[in-house]
Amino acid sequence: MLVKELLAHGFEALSLPDGEREIVGVYIGDLLSWVMGRAQMDNAWITIMTNVNTIAVASLADTSCVILAEGVEMEDDLVETARTKEVNILRSSLPIYETAVQLSKLLP
Amino acid sequence: MSEPLIFHFDVDGENFTSAGQASTQVKKNLRQLGLSPDIIRRVSIAMYEGEINMVIHANGGTADVIVNEQYIEIILADKGPGIPNVEQAMQEGFSTATDSIRSLGFGAGMGLPNMKRYTDSLEIDTMVGVGTTITMYVYL
Repeated sequence: MLVKELLAHGFEALSLPDGEREIVGVYIGDLLSWVMGRAQMDNAWITIMTNVNTIAVASLADTSCVILAEGVEMEDDLVETARTKEVNILRSSLPIYETAVQLSKLLP
Repeated sequence: MSEPLIFHFDVDGENFTSAGQASTQVKKNLRQLGLSPDIIRRVSIAMYEGEINMVIHANGGTADVIVNEQYIEIILADKGPGIPNVEQAMQEGFSTATDSIRSLGFGAGMGLPNMKRYTDSLEIDTMVGVGTTITMYVYL
């Protein structure tokens, strides 16, 4: 499934510089080193952590997209940073668990 | 590539906003060299963890990345407080980071373990009160 295809399922795009990217699996976590240690390349990463380091970790760990759950806000300048660093950021209004359940139904 | 390529960075201490600049730049440079995504990812994460450690614990330092034909060498050097007990510091979950650091999503005690996980070799040269130099190798 491509990142951009999530938009048809209630996910909102904050930054989508690379919507054609394929999602392979999902990782959930807010502790950044934990995410870097455990998430796999091309995972969709669900988190509620929205500081600048989130963008750095997504870029360096090479996740396909960050999915901000619980409808958390990300500041405009950070969204702009994500675009310039080519990091896809989507948002779901659902809680983390329900977001994951939804992805589980959508992903092959 | 016959001559090794050397990238040098100064890592600003106390600045979480700019932390990751060196690793992000290295990621770009390695991409331009046409290295595999897996290698780039391993080097980037190991280096980022090192950068973050230097910001959290050592008020910054320097990072050098040397790209040879057969391996990439990453040298992170600081004049911070040193690591009193390396064995303990290498354990997953051990951290001396403050609550304010934890609120940023760091301090999980995974920094050094991740550096070890993603590199083929990791050497720690540290002395309390003098500083720490970490040398990592990733084979190509």
